[in-house]
Amino acid sequence: MDLLLDGFQTALTPENLLFAALGVLLGTAVGVLPGIGPAMTLALLLPVTYSVGADSAIIMFAGIYYGGMYGGSTTSILLNTPGESSSVITAIEGNKMAKAGRAAQALATAAIGSFVAGSIATVLLWIVTPQVADIVVTLGSPSYFALMVLALFAVTAVLGASKLRGFIGLFLGLAIGLVGTSTGQARLTFGEPLLADGIDIVVVAVALFAIGEALWVAAHLRRKPLEIIPVGQPWMSREDWGRSWKPWLRGTAFGFPFGALPAGGAELPTFLSYATEKKLSKHPEEFGRGAIEGVAGPEAANNASAAGTLVPLLALGLPTTATAAIMLVALQGYGFQTGPTLMDDHPDLVWGLLASLFVANALLLVLNLPMAPLWAKLLRIPRPYLYAGILFFASLGAYSVNFQAFDLALLLVIGVLGFFMRRFGIPVLPLIIGVILGPKLEEQLTTALKISQGDVSTLWSEPVAVVVYVVMALLLVAMAVAGLRRPAAAEHSPAADADDTDEKELVER
Amino acid sequence: MHVSRPKGTALVALLLALALAAVVSGCGVTRDSDDPSNRRLRMMIPNSVGGGYDLTGRAAARALEDNDLTGRFEITNVQGASGTVAMQRLVNEKGADDLMMLMGLGVVGAVYTNKSSATPLKMTPIARLVEEQEGILVPADSPFETIDDLVVAWREDPGGLAVGGGSSNGGPDHLFPMQLADAIGVDPTQVNYISYDGGGPLTTALLGAKIDVGMSGLGEFEGQIEDGKLRVLAVSGAERLDGIDAPTLTEAGVDLVFTNWRGVLAPPGISDAQRDYLTELLTEMHDTDEWRDALEANGWTDNFATGQEFEDFLAEQDDRVADTLKELGLA
Repeated sequence: MDLLLDGFQTALTPENLLFAALGVLLGTAVGVLPGIGPAMTLALLLPVTYSVGADSAIIMFAGIYYGGMYGGSTTSILLNTPGESSSVITAIEGNKMAKAGRAAQALATAAIGSFVAGSIATVLLWIVTPQVADIVVTLGSPSYFALMVLALFAVTAVLGASKLRGFIGLFLGLAIGLVGTSTGQARLTFGEPLLADGIDIVVVAVALFAIGEALWVAAHLRRKPLEIIPVGQPWMSREDWGRSWKPWLRGTAFGFPFGALPAGGAELPTFLSYATEKKLSKHPEEFGRGAIEGVAGPEAANNASAAGTLVPLLALGLPTTATAAIMLVALQGYGFQTGPTLMDDHPDLVWGLLASLFVANALLLVLNLPMAPLWAKLLRIPRPYLYAGILFFASLGAYSVNFQAFDLALLLVIGVLGFFMRRFGIPVLPLIIGVILGPKLEEQLTTALKISQGDVSTLWSEPVAVVVYVVMALLLVAMAVAGLRRPAAAEHSPAADADDTDEKELVER
Repeated sequence: MHVSRPKGTALVALLLALALAAVVSGCGVTRDSDDPSNRRLRMMIPNSVGGGYDLTGRAAARALEDNDLTGRFEITNVQGASGTVAMQRLVNEKGADDLMMLMGLGVVGAVYTNKSSATPLKMTPIARLVEEQEGILVPADSPFETIDDLVVAWREDPGGLAVGGGSSNGGPDHLFPMQLADAIGVDPTQVNYISYDGGGPLTTALLGAKIDVGMSGLGEFEGQIEDGKLRVLAVSGAERLDGIDAPTLTEAGVDLVFTNWRGVLAPPGISDAQRDYLTELLTEMHDTDEWRDALEANGWTDNFATGQEFEDFLAEQDDRVADTLKELGLA
């Protein structure tokens, strides 16, 4: 406890507060630009920070980290252009909310949800980091494989009203995920070295969401009357609060453990959270049309997992994300011996960082909440200009991932695919999940089987894996029972996809 | 009221960001044209920020900039196919007299595994900068106490030993166990190599004892080694490493010296004068205090070489890598 108070003392000096604020602002600005993630920003700032003290630099980095996570959701909601793979899910409901005139609420629930999740996760960090570190490394590929299968299982919840279309989307995604040389053999690369590392998920998401949508709007612009998006209420209503707080907590519960797992990643908890919220929601018909739960949950999960990644970083010196890797380089640059001994050798630094995470989180809320109604007004720009801006942003984002003109070509090709998917009512979310999950699933499976020399029983050789499979079996039984009880209800589910509605509109015309 | 304050903060944020961007890019304004610090060069890094090539390249660029040997560098990270994409771009920049590219053993291997025509021997070699030894790592409770234990077990059941490394096929952590297996009489095609995405995931696998042995540069493992969670059975260089209590392979009776190295290439087709200029520049860089500090901070071993020496070395490495990968059917 004393250590924590000392930490706050370090974090709350005026100078360090200034660095935290600077980090938060920079992080948000950078997060807003798709393609330039927090990792890139940290790398660019690394040389600059060597001229300030170690604690100030680390505190600024914490601000950039959280700010970047938050900035990514802003563009997802407003422009349908996710800047990071972990904010892809936010775009699904968030942008629909924005179009219905509820951008301010979507931004607010994202900001407050991030704050709540970040704060809880930071507290969890204080409590569990020393204990949990040794446990997380006992999880091997069989456990991760089981968790990915669970995530794939959860996808059935987001397939949409038409299972056939849902599966088409999922298999398209898995096919895109096959591109690359992940198994040592080049697959679907067509001899093109630029495809050897697979297709970047940010390019796929930006193309499907932003480009596909812009093409769609362009195809309808002359036939539809120009509708101005209403601005609506600037703040969250009592109902919004009531519908947000549970998803925030559940999102945190998903995000933190996955972040703490060395191969957990930030995407998995976001769509587990989305699937859960869709199942539990009292308004399932709103999913696909802008359900606030679908923003609140994944945003909380995303931020909680960002905090979770610091568990292996601080306790073991294990960086599990690109951003964490740069922070590690920075620590080493200051001459700190990172690894299991960091917490014992430099408690002041570690606790200062933890305290500054809290401060950065609070600053983020204070700075961004008043901005939400302002940002929302951006959508009143007339459509042709708005979509020109979105196209510009999307292209910039795709290009800046790797500075390859090739990515722009990919962006357009996948954008056209996105257009036709909307035309035929194929939901986007299963595709995105397929792209993210496919390669991870395969990697864990091959690693597990390689280590066991092809012995399949290795897949249930770890306790976590067994537990996950049992949970899945129970869920299956529960679903089968529920299906038997009301076989007709599932067929005529009111949760028709928004994409389906679009298609009907087109057919009617 | 709510509206005006955030606008002000946004403006301040923008100004601060611009100011920082200016610091980062370091706009050198009007200077004498003969002044070397007026000369802008480009540096291409063949992997992501924070990786080995990136750290080496940025350290070299910084040493040059801070000593006013050149102006500010424009550093680009060109990722893709373990450096093959960057090599292709270097070919495309044929004759460009302001470009250097960082590369190393991993890039030599990747060019083969990706069957690319942009091979290192087509480029203009400038200098070899640093080398890093590979270490043979086992978890603290591993049954292998010495390199001999490992060799015996490996010979007995070549496929049964799970060997992890932080690089994909053709990278240093993959080439090293293959050459080591060859040196101790184990068929490299039998080696069960498990590729991890860098040192972080490899550490996790070792700490959880998911694999029997890990092979990697030791920089990322110092904390774990010092803490006793991981043990080093041997190091791969010609001499022992400071601070690591482990013999070299040759001391332990295995006839193999292997190091991962990094160097600088320029595009093909540049003039001799330009090559001399770049060589001279890196030689001066090598003598700076900043570079010496960077070597020490990152645990890199200096093995600076230029001209014919580096050219011969590059050809020899290219041969050796090609042999190993052809034997494995990967090239």
